Amino acid sequence: MKLKLLSAVIGTALTMGVAGASAATLDDVKARGTLKCGVSQGLIGFSNPDEQNNWTGLDVDFCRAVAAAIFGDGKKVEFVPLDATQRFEALKSGEVDVLSRNTTWTMSRDTTGGMTFAGVTYYDGQGFMVKKSLGVDSALKLNGASVCTQTGTTTELNLADYFRANNMTYQVVAFQKNEEVLAAYNEGRCDVYTTDQSGLYAERLKLPDVENHVVLPEIISKEPLGPVVRQNDTQWFNLVRWTYYALLTAEELGVTQANSAEQLASSTNPEVARLLGKEGDFGKGLGVENDWVMKILAATGNYGEIFDRNVGEATKLGIKRGVNSLWKSGGLQYAPPIR
Amino acid sequence: MTQTRNNIAFVRTADAPLLPAPRNMTGVVGWMRENLFPTPLNALASVLIGGFLIWQIWGVIDWALVRGVFFGEDREACITPPREGVQPGACWAFIGAKFHQFIYGFYPFEERWRVDVLAVVFAGLLAALAVPRVPYKLYTGITFVFGLPILAEILLYGGTFGLAAVDTNKWGGLLLTMVVAVSGIVLSLPLGVLLALGRRSEMPIVRYFCIAFIEIWRGVPLITVLFMASIMLPLFLPQGMNTDKMLRIIIGVALFSSAYMAETVRGGLQAIPKGQYEAAKALGLGYWRMTLLIILPQALKIVIPGIVNTFISLFKDTTLVLVVGLFDFLGIIQAGAADQKWVSAETARSGYFVAALVYWAFCFSVSRYSIHMERRLATGHRR
Amino acid sequence: MTTVPGSQSRTSFWRHPTVRSVGVQLFMVIAVVWFVVFVTDNTINNMKARNLAPGFSFLNDTAGFDILQALIPYSRGSTYATAFVVGLLNTLLVAVLGIITATILGFLVGVMRLSRNWVIRSSATLYVEFVRNVPLLLQMFIWYKTVLKALPAPRDSLRYDDMFFLSNRGLMSPKPLFEPAALWTLAALTVGIIATFFITRWARKRQERTGEIFPAFLTSLGLIIALPIVVFSASGLPVRFEYPVLQGFNFVGGLAIIPEFMALYLALSIYTAAFISEIVRAGVLAVSHGQTEAAHALGLRHGPTLRLIIIPQAMRVIIPPLASQYLNLTKNSSLAVAIGYPDFVYTGGTILNQTGQAVTIVLIWMGVYLSLSLLTSSFMNWFNSRMKLVER
Repeated sequence: MKLKLLSAVIGTALTMGVAGASAATLDDVKARGTLKCGVSQGLIGFSNPDEQNNWTGLDVDFCRAVAAAIFGDGKKVEFVPLDATQRFEALKSGEVDVLSRNTTWTMSRDTTGGMTFAGVTYYDGQGFMVKKSLGVDSALKLNGASVCTQTGTTTELNLADYFRANNMTYQVVAFQKNEEVLAAYNEGRCDVYTTDQSGLYAERLKLPDVENHVVLPEIISKEPLGPVVRQNDTQWFNLVRWTYYALLTAEELGVTQANSAEQLASSTNPEVARLLGKEGDFGKGLGVENDWVMKILAATGNYGEIFDRNVGEATKLGIKRGVNSLWKSGGLQYAPPIR
Repeated sequence: MTQTRNNIAFVRTADAPLLPAPRNMTGVVGWMRENLFPTPLNALASVLIGGFLIWQIWGVIDWALVRGVFFGEDREACITPPREGVQPGACWAFIGAKFHQFIYGFYPFEERWRVDVLAVVFAGLLAALAVPRVPYKLYTGITFVFGLPILAEILLYGGTFGLAAVDTNKWGGLLLTMVVAVSGIVLSLPLGVLLALGRRSEMPIVRYFCIAFIEIWRGVPLITVLFMASIMLPLFLPQGMNTDKMLRIIIGVALFSSAYMAETVRGGLQAIPKGQYEAAKALGLGYWRMTLLIILPQALKIVIPGIVNTFISLFKDTTLVLVVGLFDFLGIIQAGAADQKWVSAETARSGYFVAALVYWAFCFSVSRYSIHMERRLATGHRR
Repeated sequence: MTTVPGSQSRTSFWRHPTVRSVGVQLFMVIAVVWFVVFVTDNTINNMKARNLAPGFSFLNDTAGFDILQALIPYSRGSTYATAFVVGLLNTLLVAVLGIITATILGFLVGVMRLSRNWVIRSSATLYVEFVRNVPLLLQMFIWYKTVLKALPAPRDSLRYDDMFFLSNRGLMSPKPLFEPAALWTLAALTVGIIATFFITRWARKRQERTGEIFPAFLTSLGLIIALPIVVFSASGLPVRFEYPVLQGFNFVGGLAIIPEFMALYLALSIYTAAFISEIVRAGVLAVSHGQTEAAHALGLRHGPTLRLIIIPQAMRVIIPPLASQYLNLTKNSSLAVAIGYPDFVYTGGTILNQTGQAVTIVLIWMGVYLSLSLLTSSFMNWFNSRMKLVER
């Protein structure tokens, strides 16, 4: 009865046809003086706080890059840790300006979710991790296993599809928070831990006995992870998207954190001049200063540097560039030209 | 009368000598006979339950103190056996390392004095309110209800008087628990009083509205209210208007507990004799003057224990905010125990042990105080 | 305005009670309507801005995820509506079992607190004072994350005779599978219950008329328990047991009680029992001692005094707060979401994440819990009024 009444009221209000004004996120952010960035509650290599609440990671560095583009200072970011359940509502309600939280780009999230993905900062796929002692070497041998995962994610859906497609039974044990999923796996509530493969490598490091766990070779899904913004704010969408492209272009042109000043002064390459704001008004077009890429590079370095620093082979995670290499090196990372 | 007495053969004129009580009904032995072993079945129960309790209590002491690990830098200390064949017990090193985080959350280190100052003021005001002998209760109460929130806003949130602003997503631990619980109760008290008055109103629309409001909030679990506050409330507001997440949670908690508060206050209102209303009306007082000057002072005095009990359950319920992603005392202990530097079975166990101890000590002492007040207030009303 | 002086009321128009009352209520109605319109309007706008369609149509879409424990057939191909029903049934399961256990435990502890034996009395007090003052969520974590997680892995389960296995995957027990002939037993049970009903009524009437006591209790026991057992044996024990067997990663077959359920059930029962025991104690103490003395004076022994005099009177005090404890337990079962037991709120949360339909789902949550509350309280009111009849 109550629901009926409410839907009637909702219907009436609908016919009244009150249009909503779209808020300009960039103005809000500039007025506030900080960028509010939604990140995960702790995923090594992507967004992870230390004891003093200093955040590091690939997703975190992307937020810093956006902040640097706006304010010229990569430190003007406020990181809001979000779990999988809250992340979209936090973005839609304006609690955060950009969601950079290893979030998978899907069609329905773009079309019905009221948000837009600005790019793919990391090409990932869903994988499985098991204890070595189980002697499992393929995901196809997981029939009858208990699988730990996070609720409300694409992971949960892919898992159901995969086991169904391969005619295997399983028991799903799903939790709201990532740390609970890992704790449940660690304590033996389930045999298998599943999430994006990058996440598996990261979470594996949190286990007390890293060497006893192995990530299975199968990748069962496409998980393009990237930053998300609210729908219907093109200016803000462009800023976030082109921050990402600028990071890629800088790597492609060989402009790094260390050599950017020198490149700006001495480079004869017109592409570098456009990127670094010596030629054209590309920054103005985005609503920021023309030297925006200089500021980004000073704060975080280019995409390659961010990758290597946070998840690359030199780090504890030791992830190869693989599909995340630039298109020139046979990867998928490709930026449209700045001109 | 004297005639009948003459018929009795013997009348004792002196008191019989007092006999001592039977030996086995006095002293330790007597007490034990009476209280521990009155029947064989009882004796068996005493021995079994007593034995079980002693075994359990010893188990806790052994785990917490004898085998407890007091020093260490990381989880290694809590998983290495201290001696040959001895399992390490409670991981106190973890509690020590994370202690400040448990209290302040991620509140910036150099600003923590602000929290301390507020805590001292809060404790002082509370003591002045709680101890019956301290005078000026009314003024203290007004300062507590109106002054303290302003001071808390200035000190904790900052941004004025040269204090750096500290965003609420950095608040956590016991600080957050106290902020949510205290502001929840301070907000819900006036709302609850209004609802209770409305429920007893003679105006049907007001009455039914209040009944509906109270029963709806009392009929749903707090967790759905918190989900509503964190997910749905932003939808209710005009676009671009944004509220802080912690503030939304506090609003949800306050609305929820105001329904319970209303029922508590209603109990007090019902206990006021009708004569009080009639006398007030006979004196020519209008509704609000009658309510504010005659009825509420008496009714609220009666329900002080009820209000305290509502506060206790609200305090326990604040743990639910961890489900919607705030790091309260329990939430931050849990997060700390999942830290890869410390993660182990004993770490989690020690964390929960400390949490249980703190919540227990708080709720138990407050409920004792409530019982004490109940007794104190009850004497005044005995006729 | 030209009426006879003196007949006119001296109060001005605005101070007239009726006018004021109508005015206040009108104002209230306007305020509430304004608020509702304001909120709905904002919600509609916000949802439009986020490309969300209000309504319930999404409930017929395919859910796509699996649920750990389902009492009705459910798979990834089922609809969101089915997922909701699965969650609701899980909530009801834990609530009903929790209520039964909490009542038994609560009455036991309540009576223990009144015991003359110091050890029994104080251990009951210790239990109540500890359990009441520690948040339920924390107790749930303690059960789930320290007690149940400390159990061995499936391969090293604690076992009893290859029938019962206890591991960190839960408690596995044989699952009874009834054959069609078992319907006879069900019929016998039904007959027994109906017969008991009439026999007790007849016995009471006869006792009121003649004063003769008919052993109604023993007869009912025979009818309800012995009769079905006899029929069951006579029809050739029509039941098989499916035993749990360790196969690969997990146990296959049998009846599995998952640790999430156990933790929730234990925490809820133990927590609520502490409150129920206080209610029971207060109820028994509320019956004046004079009642016991009067009963003894009438020559009743201890047992009948308790059964016929004390308990019926105590129950009248106990039932109303007991009802609200049952409601609390049902509402508290929503904490399941924190330990991953797929209850109503948990499945709703998953659906919310997959669909983004925040408003509808929160409304469904609240509506269902509200109906559960109203149902329980109206049942308890009915029961209470029946108990009141006992008074005379």
